[in-house]
Amino acid sequence: MSEFPTNVKYTKDHEWAKTAGKEVTVGITRFAVEQLGDVTLVNFDVKEGDEVAEGKAFGTIESVKTLSDLYAPISGTVKRLNTELDKKPELVNEDCYGTGWMIVIEAKDAALPGLMDAAAYAAHVKASG
Amino acid sequence: MTADAALRRTPIYESHVRLGGRLVPFAGWEMPIQYSGIVDEHQAVRTACGLFDVSHMGELEMRGQYAGAVVDYLITNDASKLEVGQALYTCACNPKGTILDDLIVYRAGDERYLVVVNASNRDKMSEVFRKAAENHCEFEDLSDRTALMALQGPRAFDVLDRAGADAAKLRELKSFHFRDAIVANVRTTTARTGYTGEEGVEIFCATEDAAALWDRLLDLGKDIGLKPIGLGARDTLRLEARLSLYGNDIDETTNPIEAGLAWTVKMDKGDFVGRAALEKVKAEPLPRRLVGFEVTGRGIARHGYPLRDASGAEVGVCTSGSPGPTVGKNIGLGYLPSSMAAIGTKFFVDCRGKSVEAVVVKTPFYKAKKG
Repeated sequence: MSEFPTNVKYTKDHEWAKTAGKEVTVGITRFAVEQLGDVTLVNFDVKEGDEVAEGKAFGTIESVKTLSDLYAPISGTVKRLNTELDKKPELVNEDCYGTGWMIVIEAKDAALPGLMDAAAYAAHVKASG
Repeated sequence: MTADAALRRTPIYESHVRLGGRLVPFAGWEMPIQYSGIVDEHQAVRTACGLFDVSHMGELEMRGQYAGAVVDYLITNDASKLEVGQALYTCACNPKGTILDDLIVYRAGDERYLVVVNASNRDKMSEVFRKAAENHCEFEDLSDRTALMALQGPRAFDVLDRAGADAAKLRELKSFHFRDAIVANVRTTTARTGYTGEEGVEIFCATEDAAALWDRLLDLGKDIGLKPIGLGARDTLRLEARLSLYGNDIDETTNPIEAGLAWTVKMDKGDFVGRAALEKVKAEPLPRRLVGFEVTGRGIARHGYPLRDASGAEVGVCTSGSPGPTVGKNIGLGYLPSSMAAIGTKFFVDCRGKSVEAVVVKTPFYKAKKG
């Protein structure tokens, strides 16, 4: 069963986002990972220093069966990309809220007011399941 | 397929739910795409064994003095040479020589043939055989009262050994042969066929016996690694073995010659539907061929992605593609011009606008070790 950590916020597209100062770390949720199955490829369409826009794709994630876009939950500058995923895409399956993170975005205001908390996201998952 | 369209369920549906299978619409059926995960299930079939519910496929029976002749007229392969208890893989074409379906014909008796067709073509092929049978032989669509499951993998026969005394006879079956057998106290017709590139059998039984047989086999095989397998791993297994998938690699726009199925087209038999068109195809240089390829760049080819040459021109299309869990590479099938079909030819897969390098390779991508 999916669990919903309370120290991150969530998008309707099943990304999670965690704020620390101006930096927002982004990954995909356990629910998204379960839907995808075995992750075999994570591709970034941006590099460090690029600007990303809220709601726009910054890359793709592929499993054996399907491909999904990865959406930025907030506008800002790309600070870091998890290049470890090039060699070890399975980290997303193993630890999606930890070592399977994808991107760090530096935002002017990293408060993420438009995102859901764990309870709201749990309801969203239930509705889309 | 929309969510509200009435989806059909196989007699094993309850077991799929109980086993935690993720059910998806497929060809009008609610089928498990995976249970424990595609890669895990794939490896189970390659290293131990797996059980597949393929009850959504269609079973058609043709009976009577002329049944063999009617079947032979509808297919490209030569069923007249089949002995009772023997089966063959074949295409059925339309008059244009393109593929209506790929199927297996079983000679069940002197004057009795069983034809197993794809789920996606069930209604179409049922109509084709029913019409052809008119005034010539008896036709019966047995699909609704026939269940079919596949037990595949290097340990498949070890599971059968635990399912009753008939296992010894099943071990002696040669490839593409079948016989009646009691399996786990259920009356079955069991065939040495499959869609994975592994040893194994496909088991026909009555609809009402299917769930009990499925549950019993899983129980008997549990400690030797038998797992239920969904459509996801079925696809990666068949792709590594370069077995065609109807609707992906072959359809009514492709002919058996360009699809690499020329071996199923027997010109030394009598007339059959599509013969004249296929003679013409064979007499002329082939414009394109279905080839196997490895993606050497960073990307995964998917069904429908364009294939491009070095200049960027679109020269073909990917018909199947995914990671190959056993071969450890991203592999695919696709149509390329014959001039680019030689092994070692480099080209590009257009992965949603990104050009990713690929190379034509020998198939099958995977071959089971014998013995």
